[in-house]
Amino acid sequence: MTSIILLSVLGIVNLFFGFLKSNKILLPAAMVILALVFGVNLIDWNTDAQSYFNNMLTIDSYSVAFTGIVVLTTLLLIPFSQKYVREGQENLAEYYSLLLFSLVGAIMMVSYNNLLMLFVGIEILSVSMYVVAGSDKRNVRSNEAALKYFLMGSFATGILLFGIALVYGATGTFQLTDINAGIVNPANASLQPMLYLGMLLMFIGISFKVSAAPFHYWTPDVYEGTPTFFTAFMSTVVKTAGFAAFFKLLIAAFNAAQGFWVPTIMAITVLTLLIGNVGAVAQNSVKRMLAYSSISHAGYLFIALVAVNAKLSANAIFFYSLAYSVATVASFAVLKLVSDQRQREDYAGFNGLAKTNPLLAFVMTVAMLSLAGIPLTGGFFGKFFTFGAAIDRGYIGLVVFAVIMSMVSIYYYLRPIIAMYMQPAEDETAEPIAVSGFQSAVLVLLALLTVVLGVLPGLFSEVFK
Amino acid sequence: MLTAFLLFFPVAAALLLHFAKGNAARVMALGAALVEFAVAVFAAITAASGMTPGNSEAAYSSFAVNIPWIASAGINFHIGMDGLSLLLVLLTTFLVPLIILASFRHDYPNASAFYALILFMQTGLIGVFVSLDAFLFYFFWEVALIPIYFLAGVWGSERRIAVTFKFFLYTIIGSLFMLAAFVYLYFQTGANGGVRSSDIAAFYNLTLSAGEQAWLFWLIFIAFAVKMPIFPFHTWQPDTYTESPVPATMLLSGIMLKMGIYGTLRWLLPVVPLGTSQWGKLVMILAVIGIIYGAIIAIRQQDMKRLIAYSSLSHVGLMAAGVFSLNMMGLQGAVIQMLAHGVNVVGMFFIGDIIQRRTGTRQIAELGGLTKHTPLLSVSFLVLLLGTVALPLTNGFVGEFLLLAGVYKYNMWLGAVAGVTIILAAVYLLRMFQRVMLGPETSLTSTIQDLTGSELAVLVPLIVLVFWIGLFPNTFLQISEPAVLQILTLMGKQ
Repeated sequence: MTSIILLSVLGIVNLFFGFLKSNKILLPAAMVILALVFGVNLIDWNTDAQSYFNNMLTIDSYSVAFTGIVVLTTLLLIPFSQKYVREGQENLAEYYSLLLFSLVGAIMMVSYNNLLMLFVGIEILSVSMYVVAGSDKRNVRSNEAALKYFLMGSFATGILLFGIALVYGATGTFQLTDINAGIVNPANASLQPMLYLGMLLMFIGISFKVSAAPFHYWTPDVYEGTPTFFTAFMSTVVKTAGFAAFFKLLIAAFNAAQGFWVPTIMAITVLTLLIGNVGAVAQNSVKRMLAYSSISHAGYLFIALVAVNAKLSANAIFFYSLAYSVATVASFAVLKLVSDQRQREDYAGFNGLAKTNPLLAFVMTVAMLSLAGIPLTGGFFGKFFTFGAAIDRGYIGLVVFAVIMSMVSIYYYLRPIIAMYMQPAEDETAEPIAVSGFQSAVLVLLALLTVVLGVLPGLFSEVFK
Repeated sequence: MLTAFLLFFPVAAALLLHFAKGNAARVMALGAALVEFAVAVFAAITAASGMTPGNSEAAYSSFAVNIPWIASAGINFHIGMDGLSLLLVLLTTFLVPLIILASFRHDYPNASAFYALILFMQTGLIGVFVSLDAFLFYFFWEVALIPIYFLAGVWGSERRIAVTFKFFLYTIIGSLFMLAAFVYLYFQTGANGGVRSSDIAAFYNLTLSAGEQAWLFWLIFIAFAVKMPIFPFHTWQPDTYTESPVPATMLLSGIMLKMGIYGTLRWLLPVVPLGTSQWGKLVMILAVIGIIYGAIIAIRQQDMKRLIAYSSLSHVGLMAAGVFSLNMMGLQGAVIQMLAHGVNVVGMFFIGDIIQRRTGTRQIAELGGLTKHTPLLSVSFLVLLLGTVALPLTNGFVGEFLLLAGVYKYNMWLGAVAGVTIILAAVYLLRMFQRVMLGPETSLTSTIQDLTGSELAVLVPLIVLVFWIGLFPNTFLQISEPAVLQILTLMGKQ
């Protein structure tokens, strides 16, 4: 709870920094705020669960763990907004504050105990995203992205709300545990169709937010149009919060209706894996490839949902989100640095990067290997734990399909590596890319984290006992 | 602890190498590789001195390290060496310094990265040979792939990108099947309320139905078959060998190929014995097809490097056939042939490289008459070549004899067909020797220099081993015998 309060208050304070003449103070200020929140958040680790607002919000280890991921991700991402600082973007303070506020939404999504809180959390997060998607005002693609995201997102929110209303109608409550009790209550038996419809509509709403197929269609365009820095935020924080919320919903509220939703979620999983991976193969822009890859990773995370095991799945989702977020932040960070200077986002833009910027090339390689799930990186154990949770329940066919899909993914994750190490630089791209010492340090940290996750997974694999 | 040192020392050296540039990098890399070899020899001597008749396990027990890795999941960092592992570790640590030394004549750009990758690769290879936990094994199996991908992809010749891409995809897809099988086996260990474990002993103790083993066999086998490679999983091999820089080719053919055979011995046969007996015959037939197919294509090759690549394909087929003959002779033959082939093929690729560097070509037709100017080179080449052809008293003879005897024991007809390999190998190798080393000189070969000191330093140890293995095979056979016996016992074949 302290983290929510801190983020809200300091977010407002941050707005006032915008009145200062210099932009230079903004980035350090935002980082200090995030570091503070990250530390304060950890105080609640492994203490008794605390409830707020008539038990609508619960801060427990689950929420602390996922709050940790989203805050850490933002903290590691923010140094790569230096370009905006240098350019003296006039609304920079507002953008930083939006990110801070959106984290409040994310935290609510991982600690809700009541469907209304889930809804409020999603909305806080989404509205901020609609704004930042269009933050590059003079760019047509950015405007298009914002409008598209906003329109689609509003529909999805409406559908989600409709679903919540129907679930309420069927069970008479918004509280997660009471919903579960309401489902098994024989008095509600006649309301089952309403419940199922409500659940389905809720799934559609949340699937949209985490860009799972077939509700993913906005993702490539919006990711491409949104300024890269904010795309990275979208594909990590929103996804992590979305999955933590989704899992909580399934395990706490709809546990009694597994017979209905497991096949549904499984169908979404298969479709998401297929569309994400096959779609990514066809891309020529690294940014669009990463957009499709983020769809595919939603698919891998869904496998943990299908496995529906309170302990195994929660741990798997936590580990996967962490490994995925770290690698994704690293890859988008490199992409942003490269595209800022070379003005292109296709694979050829990475040509010869290993010669001009060995560090960038190395970090990008580690990130790609992690996303592809190759050992020595966190991504390998992420997949290992999610697949393991599913095999534990006997879903061998599903896992075999996922394994085949991850074979496909190796094709497109290797392409940036090939460009960086094995293709000669073109004339216009032969200049080294300017990277500040601080950014280099953060990149090294990201690569290091990925390797630590891959070599000593035991440190993070058992956070929920 | 010796095992842990052997495992981690190369990667530590690789990290340090980052601070060295150019010449210093390769000297440092060579130094590190020599230290590693010395430690491996020390380990072998320790084991030999601890060996008492009838009790081989005691000698190796001190090599084991077993500490929790992912404790909650029952996955341990369990490494150790028995005779089989020890031989392959010796082979690896013996060849890596020679491979590094062999590359001294080349000026590879970004040398520190180049040699760091070779050392990194060494850690991966040794990890494969000493892992006693399925996930650790898989982990190192993939770790070994990453450096070789970069070695071949960055420093290779023109068509390297497409070729290494194909190689990477093939091998990783193969290994993902293996991972799926391992995950399944891992969950089976906990099937009846037991504790889950990925330890090799837990896998050996599983009781699996014949139906399960039938498909598990293929999942695991494909990973090993691609790496070896066995026909028809071989299509990446000749191209990758040809396009890679010579040190990478040596690593691939000299050591990495052995990963597949070692994996089959350690992780396939004893884990799914029923699956092996069910499909063994089919694999034997594929292997024998590979022997003949590789040899026939080798005869047609004009490029020395490609010729050696296809000859390697042919020879590995025989090793695979020996393994699946499932008798003492076949398995022991495969073990000794792994060592022999490692020595011979590395030497042959090195000589091919020397000739190419001196004359600027690998095309057999453009060469000729080298013997006149290069007596040392010719003799070295001849010795290694005769070792590959399996002339008695050379290393190849011991291996091929045992292998063919093993295959013959399994099935007379397969043995007879596989035996053709010796004739065919003589055909293509002696023909190559004749056309390259004898006959009239060409404009390219009339001014060729003989071996230099550092080149001799690479070839002499190899030649020594050609004769050592050929004359005293028991030095090596008795190290591996208990381990091989144990594998056969686990399979119920002994």
